[in-house]
Amino acid sequence: MRLSALAAQVLDGFSRKSVRKAKQKRSQSSSQFRSQGKPIELTPLPLLKDVPAPEQPELFLKKLQQCCTVFDFMDTLSDLKMKEYKRSTLNELVDYVTVSRGYLTEQAYPEVVKMVSHNIFRTLPPSDSNEFDPEEDEPTLEASWPHLQLVYEFFIRFLESQEFQPSIAKKYIDQKFVLQLLELFDSEDPRERDYLKTVLHRIYGKFLGLRAFIRKQINNIFLRFVYETEHFNGVAELLEILGSIINGFALPLKAEHKQFLVKVLIPLHTVRSLSLFHAQLAYCIVQFLEKDPTLTEPVIRGLLKFWPKTCSQKEVMFLGELEEILDVIEPTQFVKIQEPLFKQISRCVSSPHFQVAERALYYWNNEYIMSLIEENSSVILPIMFASLYRISKEHWNPAIVALVYNVLKAFMEMNSTLFDELTATYKSDRQREKKKEKEREELWKKLEDLELKRGLRSDGIIPT
Amino acid sequence: MAGADGDDSLYPIAVLIDELRNEDVQLRLNSIKKLSTIALALGVERTRTELLPFLTDTIYDEDEVLLALAEQLGNFTMLVGGPEYVHCLLPPLESLATVEETVVRDKAVESLRKISQEHSPVDLEVHFEPLVKRLASGDWFTSRTSACGLFSVCYPRVSSTVKAEIRQHFRTLCSDDTPMVRRAAASKLGEFAKVLELDYVKSDIISLFTALASDEQDSVRLLAVEACVSIATLLPQEDLETLVMPTLRQAAEDKSWRVRYMVADKFSELQKAVGPEITKNDLVPAFQNLLKDCEAEVRAAAANKVKEFCENLPEDNREQIIMTHILPCVKELVSDTNQHVKSALASVIMGLSTILGKDNTIEHLLPLFLAQLKDECPEVRLNIISNLDCVNEVIGIRQLSQSLLPAIVELAEDAKWRVRLAIIEYMPLLAGQLGVEFFDEKLNTLCMAWLIDHVYAIREAATCNLMKLVEKFGAEWAQNTIVPKVLGMANDPNYLHRMTTLFCINVIVHCCGYPYREITTKQMLPVVLKMSNDQVANVRFNVAKSLQKIGPVLDSNALQTEVKPVLEKLASDTDMDVKYFAQEAISVLALA
Repeated sequence: MRLSALAAQVLDGFSRKSVRKAKQKRSQSSSQFRSQGKPIELTPLPLLKDVPAPEQPELFLKKLQQCCTVFDFMDTLSDLKMKEYKRSTLNELVDYVTVSRGYLTEQAYPEVVKMVSHNIFRTLPPSDSNEFDPEEDEPTLEASWPHLQLVYEFFIRFLESQEFQPSIAKKYIDQKFVLQLLELFDSEDPRERDYLKTVLHRIYGKFLGLRAFIRKQINNIFLRFVYETEHFNGVAELLEILGSIINGFALPLKAEHKQFLVKVLIPLHTVRSLSLFHAQLAYCIVQFLEKDPTLTEPVIRGLLKFWPKTCSQKEVMFLGELEEILDVIEPTQFVKIQEPLFKQISRCVSSPHFQVAERALYYWNNEYIMSLIEENSSVILPIMFASLYRISKEHWNPAIVALVYNVLKAFMEMNSTLFDELTATYKSDRQREKKKEKEREELWKKLEDLELKRGLRSDGIIPT
Repeated sequence: MAGADGDDSLYPIAVLIDELRNEDVQLRLNSIKKLSTIALALGVERTRTELLPFLTDTIYDEDEVLLALAEQLGNFTMLVGGPEYVHCLLPPLESLATVEETVVRDKAVESLRKISQEHSPVDLEVHFEPLVKRLASGDWFTSRTSACGLFSVCYPRVSSTVKAEIRQHFRTLCSDDTPMVRRAAASKLGEFAKVLELDYVKSDIISLFTALASDEQDSVRLLAVEACVSIATLLPQEDLETLVMPTLRQAAEDKSWRVRYMVADKFSELQKAVGPEITKNDLVPAFQNLLKDCEAEVRAAAANKVKEFCENLPEDNREQIIMTHILPCVKELVSDTNQHVKSALASVIMGLSTILGKDNTIEHLLPLFLAQLKDECPEVRLNIISNLDCVNEVIGIRQLSQSLLPAIVELAEDAKWRVRLAIIEYMPLLAGQLGVEFFDEKLNTLCMAWLIDHVYAIREAATCNLMKLVEKFGAEWAQNTIVPKVLGMANDPNYLHRMTTLFCINVIVHCCGYPYREITTKQMLPVVLKMSNDQVANVRFNVAKSLQKIGPVLDSNALQTEVKPVLEKLASDTDMDVKYFAQEAISVLALA
């Protein structure tokens, strides 16, 4: 389905980016217009402020009904007059729900939801770019934005209006409505996602009965994103909403929420496009840990399990997140995970990619982390020592070597006896490791001989 | 078999398990990949009682390791003692079938499916089926997803009561509230239908199919389209109209382009499954709509199917359907706004000529071919050229050549080297179709120009192209048209072009070989030998390599008096590589 990208690859693997750069702002429309029909005619109605108050609710409904008409914005020439008329009507409606009182009759609710649904719910068109890269690509903008924006604006004012009664609205803003709303978060247009974020936030705030459902559907979107498609444009926005939802969780945390953390948020780290939503994700994780420090161990173990192996940029992000976690970690939790954690850090410190090494070494500039290391130096120093010692001699980047010297110096000051001991045994330890390695090889050799012998025997070559 | 159950002193399980726990992931992975060796060392008994429980209980590992484990266990039957004990493998595979990572889970399911065949019917009911049930009612969606893939392998071999249970479980999963599970169930619906008794297909499967095909998520609906193919194949013709067609019609007009895309993509399969009558009444209009769809993705998928669809139309009124219903849509697609649609069409449109015959081709199709040959997008033109042979069979290439040539020349000089590469690959085919005269007149210059292209891949392909041309037109042609030009390049100031001379000589010698020893000895060898004095080392060592290839064709006199001295000189060259290849040539040609 990614035709453009595919074709470009077939033709010339190197030209892709430049070709894409060439086209400037693209815009697209939803895929709902199947054929150009006849011109659309709407009968102009009087302004709301020009009719007596008792007649306003009735006129309000009529205007809502008119605004259900959807125009084709890809055709820039058609229905210009009517498009302008709808735009001004929407503007009027926005003002009306903001300032008026007593307009929200019970009959208005279904009409409002109907108008909003007609305008915003649509099948999103296929994406042009293979992988959306915010640094490289211009997002595809929604062509009907002049109307769509006002519809969103109107809907938010409606939800925020003082007269708004969730108990009536819940008949119309139901699970199906929310589900369609969530699907729109895949929109490539960042302006739309921003409005959606506010809309969903308001709905989550006002409709208690929908909360569990919303969380579950977000769950499903994330799981599908991680394990099936790796494509969804609104992950950052949804995480942002979740950040504040998590903030409001009551203690003790429900099992459902913990499961969400471990089975959904942690695996989100494995996605290729992590950089697009990492800040929001890290925020959610830290929120969880501030709520319940006992989750620290599973979280850190999860991050270690998914530690990036080939992508240095991601590794730097992981290190950043880990530092945020360490900033809020309780010393009792720290002790539980220090060993696996520092084994990983020691690998990062000796990464040939200097940004990774540098990011890891910066931990030693963090006072709180330093104090934790100092308290546990007898455990951490032996784990770190070999890597540090080796890099201090052979890393290609002088800045890293300088940082490592500082770290070694800090360790020396913390625990000079242990430090001297490790320095003295460094060589013999390496030799012991080599010997062990040799033993391993021999074991496998023996096992393979055995397999060969068995194989021959079962082939009947060697009689049993 | 004494001692076959392992040797305690040599391979204590602790050591082996240590290996599986090694701190280094790579080493763990290696150990898991050699799990069969470990099992062999332990023997079947200890594999069952110690190794498998260890694997089941204590493995919490990186997905990469788990993936290897899941794969290994699928081939473990003999290592646990044969089919009699195969059920011992179920516990570790069961937990692997519940992990998060899709790849691991899929592999575990694949292994489970494999070993299910090794279970006896009794074991299947006692051990395997309960596992499927546990997975099907698991808490987390992953186990339920995995269960979907296991129903069809046990269904045919269990008793009717168990069968009823299995059907019930499948039904439940089809309406699971997690879309991931519904997707898994929908993707297995066709497979499951195939093992069911026809009555149950009608009573159970159809209602599930209808429900999934109108699911709220388009990702579920589109999978139902796939199932539609298998289901339609299973049902008797008279039931299709009532049981399948309403759903299929609805899918072809689904509001989500993904579903319509899927219908277009599966169109040939659907066409075969529903048979000629329904095709005529329903699929033809549906296909027309897909060809006119508002999304380019859908149009491209449908355009791809044009030839196959037309080919499979019932013969009695095939021509009439194509001419009145399909061709008008195709004509529109030729000038589509989207280049992918046009290029999809270009890749199949030529196939219509065989179906429609000579007269229709000349009258209706030729204008379309020519329009596409002049398309602004190189891929469209390329697709047309690559399928010329179909038209050739019907109307002969001369009809096309007039318009063809400018297009080829243009592609041959395209700025994208991959386009040039692709057109080179069609040269031998075109040469064969056009004949030697036409070729010499119009295309030969192009072929020679590619030899001095600035991209190595093009020069390499051009060299290879020469070989194929020589194979086609014969050595005499080579001697008259190719060899002089190639040898002329030996004096080119650019060393890359001088090397191309050598590469070309290699392939020409390869084709012409013995029968034309004359050309080789008299014309090519002197040039090669002279190049051994080249100042660029790369040229010199390629001389050594070429001599190694030419050597076998030469008579022993030429070898001894001409080749040997030169190779000996090169063998004492100052450059390491030149020395190496000269020595290699000397030993291969046995000149030492």
